[in-house]
Amino acid sequence: MPSPPAPSLNVSPEVVTASGTWQVHALANRSTVNAVQAALKQLQGKKVRWDLSGIQALDHIGAQMLWNAWDKQRPADLKLADGHDEFFKRLEGASNLELPRQRTHRLTSVMKLGFAVMGFFEHLLGFVKLIGQVTQDIFRFARNPMRGPWREISANIYHAGFEALGITALVGFLIGVVLSFLSAQQLRTFGGDIYLVNLLGMSIIRELGPLLAAILVAGRSGSAITAQLGVMRVTEELDAMLVMGISHGFRLILPKVIALAISLPLLVIWTDAMALIGGMVSAKIELNLSSRYFIQKLPDAVPLANYMIGLGKGVVFGTLIALVSCHFGLRIKPNTESLGHGTTTSVVTAITVVILADAVFAIVFNGVGY
Amino acid sequence: MDKMDDDHKPTDEQRACPDGNGELTLDGSVPVVQITNLQTRFGRTVVHQDVNLAIEQGEIMSIVGGSGTGKTVLLRQMLGLERPTRGCVRIFGEDISEANAEHLQQLRNHWGMLFQQGALYSALTVFDNIAQPMRELRTLPADVVRDAVLLKMNMVGLGPEHVNKMPADLSGGMIKRVALARALALEPQLLFLDEPTAGLDPDLSESFVALIKSLHRELNLTVVMVTHDLDTLFALSTRIAVLAEKHVIAIGPTREVIKVDHPFIKEFFLGDRGKRALEALDEKRLDEKHKE
Repeated sequence: MPSPPAPSLNVSPEVVTASGTWQVHALANRSTVNAVQAALKQLQGKKVRWDLSGIQALDHIGAQMLWNAWDKQRPADLKLADGHDEFFKRLEGASNLELPRQRTHRLTSVMKLGFAVMGFFEHLLGFVKLIGQVTQDIFRFARNPMRGPWREISANIYHAGFEALGITALVGFLIGVVLSFLSAQQLRTFGGDIYLVNLLGMSIIRELGPLLAAILVAGRSGSAITAQLGVMRVTEELDAMLVMGISHGFRLILPKVIALAISLPLLVIWTDAMALIGGMVSAKIELNLSSRYFIQKLPDAVPLANYMIGLGKGVVFGTLIALVSCHFGLRIKPNTESLGHGTTTSVVTAITVVILADAVFAIVFNGVGY
Repeated sequence: MDKMDDDHKPTDEQRACPDGNGELTLDGSVPVVQITNLQTRFGRTVVHQDVNLAIEQGEIMSIVGGSGTGKTVLLRQMLGLERPTRGCVRIFGEDISEANAEHLQQLRNHWGMLFQQGALYSALTVFDNIAQPMRELRTLPADVVRDAVLLKMNMVGLGPEHVNKMPADLSGGMIKRVALARALALEPQLLFLDEPTAGLDPDLSESFVALIKSLHRELNLTVVMVTHDLDTLFALSTRIAVLAEKHVIAIGPTREVIKVDHPFIKEFFLGDRGKRALEALDEKRLDEKHKE
């Protein structure tokens, strides 16, 4: 492309002559713009005659640069090329436009803290409301199970449960291998090799299995739920459902809560099994501990109560993940930024809430299962 | 450019594109848009077959056709968003499927597109949406950008009180106006409109048509428009291209196109709706004459 003649200004003491192409495409060159701006700045406020008849092509942006140098007034003595007058007429007509001042709140740190606390309580209130609504919906479901959202529940179990089998198996197995490998090295130093089964069994079944499954599901399904609800808000599907008299709580939230409450315990069993298999394989290689011994010893080493606690954790974690992601999903505003922000917050909060709940479990059941 | 699958292998026919000089020709000596022997296939469905179209500088060309005749696909091919199976699309004399990145960018700075739903950036305010193409040049000083945005808003009939609104807070008509202001941000010579009045009420759509008309005059634009709305079509177009049966079956000024004897044209233009729109147009012309 032959580059158009660059915009240039020729300043003699009395007259400023402009020439070249004063169009935005010629102004895409930084050095040209800088030169023109510098020249215009020097001329600002000075009384000179302007001769713009040498300008070959002009557009509104080029004209705007000149106009700004004239303090948004037409200079008394202005010579223009044919047809260029229209641009300046347009600018003159629009010259009294002012950008409204954007109201910016300057927050002191105390105010910021206050807003953060208020925001937290607002979220808490919303969350409690959501729990209340889900409880109501559960009663409605229990009164009339035939009209329940069975299809949605089953679809959600498939997506959140069945489709997560692969990743939970992989992660569970690897964690089992690593845990067993590291513990075996430590136990061997004081000859406690055979306690590896106790160590692995307790830690995986009671603690790691549920937590691993929950964190993976929070990342996988939690984000999916939030994003799904968020996009439904953006595309007004949520409003469409309300207009048709389909309640969000009953058809969107309840199925997700029930589905996760059912599938997470099942995933916990699966992850437990995979992690123990991983540990078993590693023990066989590292300590030459036979698989038969490992399996026989396991029921003695880990009382059944631990298993039940693990399953209970699964139910609670699943419910919490579904509730948290629905809570954030329904709060997404119809724009892309809010969608991204909401999904991030949802996953982070879901994982945090799961770990908090885990701590509560540890305290409540501190004497059980040893 | 993404690779095409086997079905869409570039053949020798694609080279049949008449050689250009590899430069943007902006002075109107060549057609602004020139489509030659274009063919589009999706799988086994042939959408376009030997489509030829030349759009001259300064005209408002409307592309009409039934649903599924590939009007929007054709528009997207002109914008380089989709690649025709065969044939070539030249914009300002430059073959857009062959152009290098630098030329393509220059080309893109010379055209504007108004999407059907506006396609405003939902995370940016009205001001930032319109300023974005100007800021993308990275050379314009902030005060010029600010004033230029306000001017563009003024051109499309939006006051400065709207600058801080988010796209989600705008009505359908305002979204179109902001999107038009954004499309005009870099003073393009070529403006593409996809269903410019779809989803607007008749009043708004009339004022939008008047707006496009005045901007066309003022900015010396070439406009390529896809539309279903007969009122818009008759009020704006200098020429109409009718797509049917995979071809351009008629092209020319409105009055000539509606005389063409083809079932689609008969149905589309001379049905009740078409007749009403034509009558309304005639009345308006008479009114204008009386006023003069």
